[in-house]
Amino acid sequence: MTGSIDPTVINLTVFVLAVFVGYHVVWNVTPALHTPLMSVTNAISSVIMVGAILAAGPGNIDFGSVLGAIAVGLVAINTFGGFLVTRRMLEMFRKKEPRAEKKG
Amino acid sequence: MSANQVALWYLVASVLFILALKGLSHPESARRGNWFGIVGMAIAVATTLAIVKRFDMLLLAMLIGAVIGTIVARRVQMTQMPELVAAMHSLVGMAAVLIAIAVVHNPPAFNLPDPIPTGNKLELFIGTFVGAITFSGSVIAFGKLAGLGKHFRLFSSAPVVFRGQHLLNLVLAIVMIGFGIAFFLAPPAAQWPPFIAMTAIAFVLGVLIIIPIGGADMPVVISMLNSYSGWAAAGIGFSLGNSMLIIAGSLVGSSGAILSYIMCRAMNRSFFNVLLGGFGGAEGVVAAGAEQRTVRSGSADDAAFLLQNAENVVIIPGYGLAVARAQHAVKEMAQKLQAKGVNVRYAIHPVAGRMPGHMNVLLAEAEVPYDQVFEMEDINSDFGTTDIAFVLGANDVVNPLAEQPGSPIHGMPILEAHKARTVFVNKRSMAAGYAGLDNPLFYMDKTMMIFGDAKKVVEDIVKAIE
Repeated sequence: MTGSIDPTVINLTVFVLAVFVGYHVVWNVTPALHTPLMSVTNAISSVIMVGAILAAGPGNIDFGSVLGAIAVGLVAINTFGGFLVTRRMLEMFRKKEPRAEKKG
Repeated sequence: MSANQVALWYLVASVLFILALKGLSHPESARRGNWFGIVGMAIAVATTLAIVKRFDMLLLAMLIGAVIGTIVARRVQMTQMPELVAAMHSLVGMAAVLIAIAVVHNPPAFNLPDPIPTGNKLELFIGTFVGAITFSGSVIAFGKLAGLGKHFRLFSSAPVVFRGQHLLNLVLAIVMIGFGIAFFLAPPAAQWPPFIAMTAIAFVLGVLIIIPIGGADMPVVISMLNSYSGWAAAGIGFSLGNSMLIIAGSLVGSSGAILSYIMCRAMNRSFFNVLLGGFGGAEGVVAAGAEQRTVRSGSADDAAFLLQNAENVVIIPGYGLAVARAQHAVKEMAQKLQAKGVNVRYAIHPVAGRMPGHMNVLLAEAEVPYDQVFEMEDINSDFGTTDIAFVLGANDVVNPLAEQPGSPIHGMPILEAHKARTVFVNKRSMAAGYAGLDNPLFYMDKTMMIFGDAKKVVEDIVKAIE
């Protein structure tokens, strides 16, 4: 066996392991939290912003960097909206309910 | 920052994302998990910002997105979560397509050789078409969920089906792959036409895949698009050789796939069967002779009297409860009964809402403590010792026909409300559920129907409990 490993093979290794981790972690999520799971995975998938920043980032402004900036704006909605709405939902899942006591 | 440092920071962010998902195994750890996710995202974005040259345009764009996202997250109602999630999937899909176009336009910006190697082109093709399908499919899903069908037929929540639909989809998919191959083989000067053609076809395919799926199958569709948005990110990650995009995309992709599987299992339908669509339309036939059968109906006062004298009560909420905005009234009723020593619990079917776990969020919003809310598997064995099962706005998920071989919903797991000593069912009328089936539960001797708007009925019960 000689030569260096093709980067695609390394990517594939990372991919398969990540799918495996994702599979096991997600089966452990309690069904009650499936909606927050979906909103947080939504926020996490906005990590595609990394690609959008690279597209928007080269020094000069051209077609590609404008598209990149638009993509940054679009996924920023996801990043902020996703994490915030997840937090809002998780705040509702409390065992004690002191606020309700006061009202009632 | 060196490439190695960047990769290491991305690794830290990836681990934080995994911890964010891991936290969701319990409501108490989930809040901390969300912080892990936020920190991971901040690290990923900051690291990437450190390696680009020009900031003005992208920071402005990020600021605008952040403001919109923050406002939406604060204002959205919990009943609208499915729409919000669908809209967000479409943004990820669109971003994937825009990034792919930028890559084709200027590969060196992404540290790729120009012209792009064939291997990266293949990955780019996958990322682009999955992104495009995610975008247009999510737009259709959003329209269906937001009830825009009145204005535009493609958004109709009833399945849109036509002759030769599946054949058309197949042909389009093959043509799209053909253009993809042309894109790999084309020299840099001639790569735009096949790239544009394949992206355009992918947008059309996204629409065609989602329109035949009925409104009631939306939990599956949202989970599926969730999965696609992850695979799109992973595809872009492959083409850019960016391990963090691959890892985060795979986590999201497998999460969505698992949720799709759970939703399909809860409806006892294969994934393929849902995708082919057409279910939930007009073809459902109400069982013959349904009109002649008699039901026993009662008033809110009757219900209140029986509830106070019960020991064990299980409330079975359906989406109809959320439509009537009766969650708070239900919680008040439960609290009053609990104060009288009645053991009140909630039983949730996996497809009770319009997306996975939706009903749990709606109850949590009404400040129902989560330890009183039980999943189907955990509570089904308790119905035998339950005095009163109170069905509110649910129908098919408590239909005993599911246990009868030969019925259209045979094999679908149900909440076994019919095993309780007494069953209360609140419905607006005797209309059938979305499966178009009559429900024998309503005609049982031990069943008392309480007709009327869920909120009104429950409020009346609350008043009647002294």
